[in-house]
Amino acid sequence: MNGILPYPLLSLALLVLWLLLNQSVSAGHVILGSVIAVLASWVMAALRPEKPRIRRPGAALRLTGMVLVDILRSNLAVGRIIVRSREPGVNAGFMTIPLDIRSRQGLAVLSIIITSTPGTIWVSYDAAKGTLLLHVLDLIDETVWIRTIKGRYERLLMEIFD
Amino acid sequence: MTALEDLPAWTAFFVSLCVLLGAAVTLIGSLGLLRLGNFYARVHAPTLGATLGMGSILLGSAFYFSVLETRPVVHEILIAAFVTLTTPVTLMLLARAALYRDRTEGSTDVPAAEMAEDLIPPG
Amino acid sequence: MSALAFLGWAIIAAQVMFGLAMCCATFRLVMGPRAQDRILGLDTLYVTAMLMLVTFGIRTGITLYFEAALVIGLLGFVSTVALAKFLMRGEVIE
Repeated sequence: MNGILPYPLLSLALLVLWLLLNQSVSAGHVILGSVIAVLASWVMAALRPEKPRIRRPGAALRLTGMVLVDILRSNLAVGRIIVRSREPGVNAGFMTIPLDIRSRQGLAVLSIIITSTPGTIWVSYDAAKGTLLLHVLDLIDETVWIRTIKGRYERLLMEIFD
Repeated sequence: MTALEDLPAWTAFFVSLCVLLGAAVTLIGSLGLLRLGNFYARVHAPTLGATLGMGSILLGSAFYFSVLETRPVVHEILIAAFVTLTTPVTLMLLARAALYRDRTEGSTDVPAAEMAEDLIPPG
Repeated sequence: MSALAFLGWAIIAAQVMFGLAMCCATFRLVMGPRAQDRILGLDTLYVTAMLMLVTFGIRTGITLYFEAALVIGLLGFVSTVALAKFLMRGEVIE
């Protein structure tokens, strides 16, 4: 497995991308896509990135569902702030959160989750101290946000990646 | 409008709902660009269009073409995956660039860099 | 009113809303006040234009609009990243 397919998930994703772009599952496209996917994964192997390990696919699925629901809910919340509030953005502010997660893949996924949820944006992460600087649109109670990020996302991400 | 006569009514209604919802959410997000007070608050506005707006429009489109061509047309997933991966990157970069500019100008509205190295933006 | 006519009107209404959203983004792009606000407006403009192209695809029933939307999305990402990088460093390629 390791010699021909160093990154099986990457190769699979590239093959799916090729088939979706060409909108066909004919034998020719499957073969051509597989060749390209395997070649690209060799290029990736030459770069030698740190190999991510997904420990628990079940937890990853649960996290995905949770994030989708949270994105929906914060869309409504941010929409209400923009439309209803007389002076929108008056409660916005920066806050710092101490993080326990150290895996780089986990931090990358956490940054995408936080930023693509409307109302919160990841600004910078201090690797030495393990603190994260966030900007929040509706910053009334900091503890609520700390509980959300640490309790809901970080715990699951640590289960998946660490 | 071509070859639409055999489109079932409930499909048309569902697609209409998806498209209207997505457009409304995107419009609210863009309104946020106008209404919100400062730059850091405005960064939150485009995420509405890039999450729920994008998802709802693409769901409508995928559904519509799947029914129209009587085969699963799911290449909208590509746009969805692509936008989900890239929008956070651009917004994070913009927020960091703005923070860096405000810090170098000595603005007091942003949290100060705790160390001198923080002023040097990461490569 | 038949369901098809409703779909047609819904798409036109959606395109008007997208047009208004693009106007808001253009306002931010033109008025600023700072460079980062302009780039944010440009990014919003790109995303909205991409979604509008998808609705054009639904309206005409042509899947070719999908490719155009994908290209606009790609260009928007690259240009916004380059501009944000330029704000930070004063140059794009180091």
